[in-house]
Amino acid sequence: MHHEIHPNASPATIELHNHIKDALLQSFDNDITGSQIDYDFPVFTVAKNRIHDVLEFLKNSENMGFKFLTTLCGVHYPENKGSEFALVYQLHNMEKNNRVRIKTFMSSADLNVPTATDLWLGANWMEREAFDFYGFRFQGHPDLRRILNMDEMNYHPLRKEYALEDAGRDDKEDKYFGR
Amino acid sequence: MKGTSGNIGQTFATASQVTEQKDYSILNLGPTHPATHGIFQNILTMDGEIIVKAEPTIGYIHRAFEKLAERRPYNQITPITDRLNYCSSPINNMGWHMTVEKLIGCEVPKRAQYLRVIIMELSRIADHIVCDTVIAVDTGAMTGFLYLFQWREKIYEIFEEICGARLTTNIGRIGGLERDFNEKAWSRIHAFMKEFPKALSEFDKLVTRNRIFMDRTINCGPISAENALAYSFTGPNLRAAGVDYDVRVMSPYSSYEDFDFTIPVGTNGDTYDRYMVRMEEMWQSMRIIEQAIKNMPDGAYHAEVPEFYLPPKEDVYSKMEALIYQFKIVMGETDVPKGEVYHAVEGGNGELGFYLISDGGRTPYRLHMRRPCFIYYQAYPSMIEGGMLSDAILTMSSMNVIAGELDA
Amino acid sequence: MTTNVDIKSDYKPEGFEGQGFFATSLDKAVGLARANSLWPLPFATSCCGIEFMATMASHYDLSRFGMERLSFSPRQADLLMVMGTISKKMAPILRQVYEQMAEPKWVLSMGACASSGGIFDTYSVLQGIDRIIPVDVYIPGCPPRPEQVLDGILKIQELAKNEARTRRTSPEYKAMLAKYGLE
Repeated sequence: MHHEIHPNASPATIELHNHIKDALLQSFDNDITGSQIDYDFPVFTVAKNRIHDVLEFLKNSENMGFKFLTTLCGVHYPENKGSEFALVYQLHNMEKNNRVRIKTFMSSADLNVPTATDLWLGANWMEREAFDFYGFRFQGHPDLRRILNMDEMNYHPLRKEYALEDAGRDDKEDKYFGR
Repeated sequence: MKGTSGNIGQTFATASQVTEQKDYSILNLGPTHPATHGIFQNILTMDGEIIVKAEPTIGYIHRAFEKLAERRPYNQITPITDRLNYCSSPINNMGWHMTVEKLIGCEVPKRAQYLRVIIMELSRIADHIVCDTVIAVDTGAMTGFLYLFQWREKIYEIFEEICGARLTTNIGRIGGLERDFNEKAWSRIHAFMKEFPKALSEFDKLVTRNRIFMDRTINCGPISAENALAYSFTGPNLRAAGVDYDVRVMSPYSSYEDFDFTIPVGTNGDTYDRYMVRMEEMWQSMRIIEQAIKNMPDGAYHAEVPEFYLPPKEDVYSKMEALIYQFKIVMGETDVPKGEVYHAVEGGNGELGFYLISDGGRTPYRLHMRRPCFIYYQAYPSMIEGGMLSDAILTMSSMNVIAGELDA
Repeated sequence: MTTNVDIKSDYKPEGFEGQGFFATSLDKAVGLARANSLWPLPFATSCCGIEFMATMASHYDLSRFGMERLSFSPRQADLLMVMGTISKKMAPILRQVYEQMAEPKWVLSMGACASSGGIFDTYSVLQGIDRIIPVDVYIPGCPPRPEQVLDGILKIQELAKNEARTRRTSPEYKAMLAKYGLE
């Protein structure tokens, strides 16, 4: 299991990281595939099929208390064959002021992920945005459709293989724009 | 006799049929509408004046900031962050700079931090002026808008002295500020601090205890604290619901721990509470600015990070290293350490977060902006269903939905 | 005893003046009336909208140019001011709003985003509203200062003042509209 601690991590962060790691390993054992501290966040990598249970554990169990979902987003790593897409959740325990980041990786062949909308109502639009940009399919989402782009769009624009500019643009010559 | 609801809209009740079927009308509110301040659409299913169901559609101003950020070097992303919550662009700029400073491990000197605090609080006042006056305009009170927007011009003049621009400021640099405040900026700030309280209390007297305003806004679009937390609300909307979460207090950045200010908290989560929380926050911002001016430390206004901070022009023309740094920074060829960092600031609307993944190259690998408006706007249908149309308009303007931050 | 003071006015079109009357051509009189009573439709989408609010407020007052009454209904507006980025999702709506306006109508494109897409050369932003509707005046800036906006509005007023009465039914105008696919 991959384990890395940022050199400047504060003692409080290290203690928090160990506390969460012990609790997660106790309940989920091999499904936690990595843990590290990035700057000031404990980060845990979770297998995709247990992500919902891990999030529920972090939200509901008494000595965890990460009841607030700060944000969730997707990332595309085209060079990591077999785990090209990552989903990153950031949770916040407001009472103790602790934050944690949970990541899960998946291959581009299977982008089905369980939804978090039953845990947090706010995850609804965040997941729609992740679907719009990357194509994650959230199982159990009440209304999974595009949110920011046009409904007719037939590709997922934030993936690395697509260009920033409009593909059909014909009036701006790339060489004058430094592309 | 049983009737069909589709054709004639009436059902004759029989003993076996207890529900009454109504003929609902559909109203398309937006995307271009005078009262929606920004372009987002709501398709309302209405039973007369009462809203039964609301379906929002956003994305009409999606400008692909996150994809754009993957193409631009770090100092060129600041103008993009301007256009997020454009009523208070300096806060977005500072948030981005602090994120990069966290990534590279740069410690900004105290004076620069205090100057940043002054700029951020001034822009918070500007943002809240827009929201509060627009709530009043939506109830029909146009006077407050005209009075307070004069003061927004004064804030713009201060920003102009500091950075040259009024609205999309691109203020500050990675590592601090681009120049210290000059005499004129200080005199403008002092003049503002002396006279704005009078104008704000004038607006206060006009609106806050006004019978009509209170009747319109109390119990209009309420949300409970529990629901607000479930929807990941932050900022004045969450504080109006009763939760005292403020990023400046919970995870202080840029020396906010040195300042003494209170966090106003409401009870009901309705429009009146949101208005009052913002009003009180303006007074608290003034308190913070006063303390910052009084305790302003001496020192440098920027950190020594030659790889990110442009060297002074005299050095560029005479020293070799300065010339190379200038070239690299302008061409965007500075390398950044690899890593992932998340930093949040208290924007005008709540926790504005930047999640930055750097792979060591000249542009970010991934930049995700946690935009408070996008996240709390999803609660809008639940806040207006069951209420009347005019309440829906007021709820929307009291939530301070800025289209730039909604769609990014 | 009163003294007669001639009020010099740059607005006065060419004509023949006498005691209590002023004779000029109909075009000029209509143009004068139109230019000073334009009703704008503020199609504000983003940051330029806030600068427009500042222009409308008391410091840079827009109502001294006759634009006191903003019309949000296209059927009652003369001047379509497009302020802010227009994305491809919004473009059909902009087009529909333009088509709903009655002639004579003018279009003012405020800001870099409306004029050419601005700094957002991305897949979702329309690179300039003149791809879908004809534009009369472009105001550059990101955002333009209120003084620049007033300058643009004065140019629209010049256009309105000097417009020939038959312009809107002329074949050249119809050909231009046909290029945009409008009839």
